[in-house]
Amino acid sequence: MAKITYIEHDGTEHTVDVKAGLSVMEGAIKNNIPGIDADCGGACACATCHVYVDDAWASKTGEKSAMEESMLDFAENVEPSSRLSCQIKVTDALEGLIVRMPESQH
Amino acid sequence: MADPKAKVVIVGAGHAGGSAAAFLRQYGHEGPIVLIGDEPIPPYQRPPLSKAWLKGEADAGSLALKDADWYAENDCDLRLGVTVTSINRGSKTAFLSAGGAVSYDYLIIATGARARKLPIPGADLAGVLELRTAADAEQLKAALGPGKRLAIIGGGYIGLEAAASARALGAWALIIEREPRILARVACEELSTFFQQYHEAKGVNFELSAGVKAIEGEGGQVRRIRLSDDRAVECDAVLVGVGALPNEELARDAGLECAGGVVVDLQARTSDPSVFAIGDVTHRPLPLYDRQFRLESVPNALEQAKQVASAITGHAPPSPEAPWFWSDQYDLKLQIAGLPFDADSRVVRGDMAAAKFAIFHLKGDQVQAVEAVNAPPEFMMGKSLILSRKPVSREKLANSSISMKEVAA
Repeated sequence: MAKITYIEHDGTEHTVDVKAGLSVMEGAIKNNIPGIDADCGGACACATCHVYVDDAWASKTGEKSAMEESMLDFAENVEPSSRLSCQIKVTDALEGLIVRMPESQH
Repeated sequence: MADPKAKVVIVGAGHAGGSAAAFLRQYGHEGPIVLIGDEPIPPYQRPPLSKAWLKGEADAGSLALKDADWYAENDCDLRLGVTVTSINRGSKTAFLSAGGAVSYDYLIIATGARARKLPIPGADLAGVLELRTAADAEQLKAALGPGKRLAIIGGGYIGLEAAASARALGAWALIIEREPRILARVACEELSTFFQQYHEAKGVNFELSAGVKAIEGEGGQVRRIRLSDDRAVECDAVLVGVGALPNEELARDAGLECAGGVVVDLQARTSDPSVFAIGDVTHRPLPLYDRQFRLESVPNALEQAKQVASAITGHAPPSPEAPWFWSDQYDLKLQIAGLPFDADSRVVRGDMAAAKFAIFHLKGDQVQAVEAVNAPPEFMMGKSLILSRKPVSREKLANSSISMKEVAA
C-alpha cells in the first residue's frame, strides 16, 4: 500500500491509498480521478495515462521501457519527467509519490 | 439541458455502461444513477480475457473497472444479474427481469454485442465455447493446457489472441477460417499473411477456405470437428469466434431507430432525446469518414461514455478522435488507427521480416488508416495524421530512415 497524490492540471489534488501490485494508472482509474484516461487499460498502447513524476521520485519509479519511451515521444506536452502511469508499478517504497497531469491526454 | 439532479438509468454494466456511471460522477452529476447488468459481477475490462487472463497473468481484481465498494460510495445503485426486458418511453420506465421497474429521466442503452452462433449440428455440445465474458474466459482457460487440443472456428482477432494464449499454455491450436485468408474482414492482405506466418512459426495450424459441417461429441462432450470436405479434426474444446451481433432488440422493440446497431448522434443520443446508447451496440457517426458505422472497441466505448456524460451534465464534450484498436499476440503489439474506408493505395513502412513495420492506407495523399506492428511512432503519428487530414508524401512515408515527425512535418 502506498499513499499517492495525483494533481490535476488545474491544481486539484487527490490523495488516495493504492494497493501494491497495481499500477499508478490503475490507482487513478479505480478511484475515478479525472485527468488519466487509460483508454487501453494498461497495455502501453495509447499514451493516455501520461503523468509527470516529481524529480525526487524518478529513481524509485523505475526505468522506461523502449516501448514506453517510443509512445511518449509522440504524446503531447512531453517533458523529461514524463511517464506513462500504467508502466509504474506501485510498491510500498512509493509511499508519498506525487504525480502531476498534463493539460490533456489526447 | 444540463440537469444535475436527473435520474439516469444505464442498461448494461460492461465497459461502456460502467464508464458512463464513472464519468457522470466525475463530471459532477448529483442525481441517482442505476446501473443494471445481466452478468453476476461489476463492470470489468474485456480485452485481457483473451490475453493476460487466459495466461493467468490477470485476476478478477485487476480486471475490475472500479473496486466493488466504489458503486455504493458513489451513490450508484448497481443491480447485477438483472436484465431489462422492455422500455416504455412514454412513461420513461424500464421493466426488469427480476420483476418491478425503474423510472428514468435519462436512459443509457449499453447492452453491447453477443457472439454470433454457428447454425451447425453439435454447436450446443459441452466444450463448445465463445469468448465475450469472464465466465466464458474461465471455461476456456480450464480447457487449455499442455497436451490439450483447441480448435478455433474463425480467424479474427479473438481467434488469433486465443491461439497465441493457447500456445503459451502448451496447448495445440488450429484455426479454421471460411475465407481464403485470416483477418479477411478487418485487415489488409499483407497483414493477414504476416500474422498467419508468425502464428505458424509458433506452432499454430490453419485450415483456410474451410467450412465446418458439424461439431461431433461423445456423451455430450465435444470430441472432433467435421470439416465440409468430411475430414475430422480431434479436439478437446472448440472456440467459436465468428463475429458479434449488436444487442439492439430492447431499443428496436421500444421503437428507437436501429440499423445494425442503435442509431445515435455525436452526443450518443438516439432518436428519443431522453434515450442514449453507447458502446458496441451503437451505429454511430464517423465524421472523419462521412458515414455511420458500428465499432467494437474499448476506445469507442469510452469516447461515447464521455459523450453521454457530457450531454447530461453540460461538461465540455470530448475532443474528436480517430477510431483505434489494439491486439497483443506473443511479442507482437498491433495498434490500428482509423478505418481503411475509401482508401486507394497502401504504403508499407519498415521491415516485415523483423516484425517491426506499419501499413498505411491512403486516399490520395491523406492517411485513412494505419496498421502498426511493434511500431508506436507510426501508430501515434498516423493517428494524428488521420485526424488532421494533412497530406503526406508517399515517398517519405515509405522511407523508414525519415522519421515520422519529419514525414508529418
